[in-house]
Amino acid sequence: MPRFIYFSLQVNTLNKELQSEFIEVMNEIWASDQIRSAVLISSKPGCFVAGADINMLAACKTPQEAAQVSQEGQKMFEKLEKSTKPIVAAISGSCLGGGLELAISCQYRIAIKDRKTVLGVPEVLLGILPGAGGTQRLPKMVGVPAAFDMMLTGRSIRADRAKKMGLVDQLVEPLGPGLKPPEERTIEYLEEVAVSFAKGLADKKISSKRNKGLMEKLTSYAMTIPFVRQQIYKKVEEQVQKQTKGLYPAPLKIIDKFGELAMTKESKALMGLYHGQVLCKKNKFGAPQKEVKQLAILGAGLMGAGIAQVSVDKGLNTILKDATLAGLGRGQQQVFKGLNDKVKKKALTSFERDSIFSNLTGQLDYQNFEKADMVIEAVFEDLSLKHKVLKEVEAVIPDHCVFASNTSALPINEIAAVSKRPEKVIGMHYFSPVDKMQLLEIITTQKTSKDTTASAVAVGLKQGKVIVVVKDGPGFYTTRCLAPMMSEVIRILQEGVGPKKLDSLTTSFGFPVGAATLADEVGVDVAKHVAEDLGKAFGERFGGGSLELLQQMVAKGFLGRKSGKGFYIYQEGSKDKNLNSDMDSILAGLKLPARPEVSSDEDIQYRLVTRFVNEAVMCLQEGILATPAEGDIGAVFGLGFPPCLGGPFRFVDLYGAQKVVDRLRKYEAAYGKQFTPCQLLIDHANSPGKKFYP
Amino acid sequence: MTSILTYTFKSLPSTSKWALRFSLRPLSCSSQLWAAPAVQTKSKKTLAKPNIRNIVVVDGVRIPFLLSGTSYKDLMPHDLARAALSGLLHRTNVPKEVVDYIIFGTVVQEVKTSNVAREAALGAGFSDKTPAHTVTMACISANQAMTTGVGLIASGQCDVIVAGGVELMSDVPIRHSRKMRKMMLDLNKAKTLGQRLSLISKFRLNFLSPELPAVAEFSTNETMGHSADRLAAAFAVSRLEQDEYALRSHTLAKKAQDEGLLSDVVPFKVPGKDTVTKDSGIRPSSLEQMAKLKPAFIKPYGTVTAANSSFLTDGASAMLIMAEEKALAMGYKPKAYLRDFVYVSQDPKDQLLLGPTYATPKVLEKAGLTMNDIDVFEFHEAFSGQILANFKAMDSDWFTQNYMGRKTKVGSLPLEKFNNWGGSLSLGHPFGATGCRLVMAAANRLRKEGGQYSLVAACAAGGQGHAMIVEAYPK
Repeated sequence: MPRFIYFSLQVNTLNKELQSEFIEVMNEIWASDQIRSAVLISSKPGCFVAGADINMLAACKTPQEAAQVSQEGQKMFEKLEKSTKPIVAAISGSCLGGGLELAISCQYRIAIKDRKTVLGVPEVLLGILPGAGGTQRLPKMVGVPAAFDMMLTGRSIRADRAKKMGLVDQLVEPLGPGLKPPEERTIEYLEEVAVSFAKGLADKKISSKRNKGLMEKLTSYAMTIPFVRQQIYKKVEEQVQKQTKGLYPAPLKIIDKFGELAMTKESKALMGLYHGQVLCKKNKFGAPQKEVKQLAILGAGLMGAGIAQVSVDKGLNTILKDATLAGLGRGQQQVFKGLNDKVKKKALTSFERDSIFSNLTGQLDYQNFEKADMVIEAVFEDLSLKHKVLKEVEAVIPDHCVFASNTSALPINEIAAVSKRPEKVIGMHYFSPVDKMQLLEIITTQKTSKDTTASAVAVGLKQGKVIVVVKDGPGFYTTRCLAPMMSEVIRILQEGVGPKKLDSLTTSFGFPVGAATLADEVGVDVAKHVAEDLGKAFGERFGGGSLELLQQMVAKGFLGRKSGKGFYIYQEGSKDKNLNSDMDSILAGLKLPARPEVSSDEDIQYRLVTRFVNEAVMCLQEGILATPAEGDIGAVFGLGFPPCLGGPFRFVDLYGAQKVVDRLRKYEAAYGKQFTPCQLLIDHANSPGKKFYP
Repeated sequence: MTSILTYTFKSLPSTSKWALRFSLRPLSCSSQLWAAPAVQTKSKKTLAKPNIRNIVVVDGVRIPFLLSGTSYKDLMPHDLARAALSGLLHRTNVPKEVVDYIIFGTVVQEVKTSNVAREAALGAGFSDKTPAHTVTMACISANQAMTTGVGLIASGQCDVIVAGGVELMSDVPIRHSRKMRKMMLDLNKAKTLGQRLSLISKFRLNFLSPELPAVAEFSTNETMGHSADRLAAAFAVSRLEQDEYALRSHTLAKKAQDEGLLSDVVPFKVPGKDTVTKDSGIRPSSLEQMAKLKPAFIKPYGTVTAANSSFLTDGASAMLIMAEEKALAMGYKPKAYLRDFVYVSQDPKDQLLLGPTYATPKVLEKAGLTMNDIDVFEFHEAFSGQILANFKAMDSDWFTQNYMGRKTKVGSLPLEKFNNWGGSLSLGHPFGATGCRLVMAAANRLRKEGGQYSLVAACAAGGQGHAMIVEAYPK
């Protein structure tokens, strides 16, 4: 007599206990002649299996141990794949990594078609690779090109796309309210549908084989020819090398081994970032007394409109105020375009776009500001202007309303100096483009109340940001770390290294954007502004390159991308960028002699990185930063510090504090104070057991 | 964390599980499905309100509702509306000049006759001095036409109103693509040969792909059948329950047709074709036959099929509404009063078809009635699954508390009083015309069955709904 068996995975990461219990249950299924098919489903809505337990891998001490973990998984899935009794995976929520490998080992997959249900093998983002047979099964299932794309980029695939690719066999639409909460009933419905398919499969009324298209048949045939296979692997390897510049070990070893990978520095760095990110997605200040329901943004420029977009997106009622109709119109168009681009990518429907856009109110006056719970100003970076709007706004907002300033360098306490209620003033430093950059740096002054901070963090989290909370000071944390590095960039350019060469040196070190390009992107005028301000605040330590370079560029209108010219020339519609030849004379005029002892490619890279790292550690030493984890997240997510290094603090831990100090001393000998290692770094170098991360 | 994985055996043998379901269902539901109507006496005498004019239905008619693509397929919508209007004139003998205003509901508009009410009125020989307008509110368009008329009478603006509705699904406007339309419009404006040639040179073959009228909800892009299937699943309405309900609708409609109870139907001599006298969609089948059909929307495992959904229908209806004193002065014996009514709306995605659930308690409260006071229920049947989901929603404390903000459930509907002469599933559903059919069925059933109050309710695209109390006119 046929029977059904149900699993409910209650904690949805694969770990050792789960593995052994799973095997036990499966053996029971296979042994019983009462059971003809089975359904594998999670009882937790929103999560099928989110992958192998990262802690389990992190706990591995040797490559052998890690490899064993992987092999056990492989064995388990192999048995599953060979099961003569059909097993149906019913997927609701994230089905990632080991979860997807589990699902594709089953005979049939049914997934909920909602935004929460995503399938993917994100291992590569942690510097490892699908370790339980995914590398073999995925290509068979979706074809080699799609499989490599998934494994090499780690991208998550939504259920409807997965159906088209052949990764899942059936979709189930989520249900609305009925006799119980929608999520609960949807899971139940998924189970009902899965059971009917399991029965159909056992009765051979449904076939688990899908019809492959001609292209698929051809490619799978071609892959059986060794020569073709080698050529494809070669091509893939080239692609990977090009994209990762050889810095990320995992992609290439996907064609190779697992055990070694889990033990690499890069993998440790990436796993560290993963943990840091989880940490920075929590509000450690607790729930604010009053939830922000009405937001107002001053200034509809690039930043203001960007902040508006990520707010209305999440259902926050948002007022966008600007001084001029033209400025406001530009900002509204930016928000609309941002949303409309999502419609084009099918991430939103046009109706959803319209209803999201209706959360935005554009205006030129302070109407309805008396209902605002938070005001974020994003006006031009000028202290007197910021003072002016702060006073204007305080005259109209209610008592509980938080005033947040989006500034990249102006100290918040100086802005708050004219406030009647400095406890309600806080800094919220967004990064451009706001809808793409995940980081939000929140800056608290000594007077900022805890509730104000909680409120700002809550809004940031709602906007989908990864948040670091830092103390006030010139340049806060992010800008302050970037400034000395940018100063070094200028010196290197003055010493005769061309922008293209400099870009390639930085990207090959792991920075996603080259140093010269970065200056163009940020805006040369902004860089100059920051360099002047921070130069005043920190003096000689922030010296290096000559400020005059930036001043001359600004004078000539070479402001970077926004003015069409900077170190490079930017043309609308053209992706190629050529060097701006007018820079030659400026650079020639400010030329410095290069010092051969510290001018090798490697030295140039380390001169940039060590100044960055030294400043970051100093921020921790001075208490600007509360934790090293926040420092790493801020550097990687906000400034593009090489993710494979895990952030400045992880870098010190993995590279060795002593070696960092040695480097700094070497450059100090050539250039002086700018490279003097800070005390905390020296402390770490002196006691080798001391780590930022235990 | 000790035990990460827990598992349970639900070791019900599947055969017995299914058998259980099959055997239980008829017991729990079918016995009710066929019970004879009961006649009750009311505590409340009438719903008349002081200082508000009583509004009555003198009579109403409809041309037979036909499956789309059959006898009406060569006509235009206003032809159907004209036939209904002529039938009304014939039935009531109302002098054309006393009609103050004409209102029609329609959904898929023929662009040539976008104010179909006016074109039909002129063509039916009504006075050209009688203004007419057209309203649209998806499946409750005719209801909107009636209640607009009620408003005009109640506010003293009019005394005599003709309200109706029409839909011709045999022909729908299929447009050129936007690109093609743009080019054609630009060509109109082009002055020189050069301009014209340069415009024509931009022509691409894909400009010719036509634009079909939307079959899906604009806001969600989901077809109604798909939404109904999800709704049925959300309320755990089984395929068998749906088929049983559809069979009931067809069986009752057939019975009503055979017994001559569908007295609102007037014959229509279709030009060039035979006279149509009967609704054509009534086809009682068997559960076995119905079980063979494949799901129509959620394939392959959905539960909504062609057999348990309303079908595409052509048809038109019209009724004469008057202030009571006017009707009496003209010597009419009205059929019913039109009393309190409500419109509701809710989430067009997950609650698209739950309008009746929201509207029912609201209109009952407004009229000061309870479910027990209602003798006749006439609900629009878009899908079996939709009707049964509404039943379950109204009978669920969880749903009413969490989604309707009410303390207690609305209650269960007595099936023996429900759509006893068939419904949209069997009689057909010409979108714009169904509302008048519902009210006339309610009025005629009240007279026939001797009841006093009827509740009419319907759902509509856009997540909207409507309900109205119809009170029998004392004999």
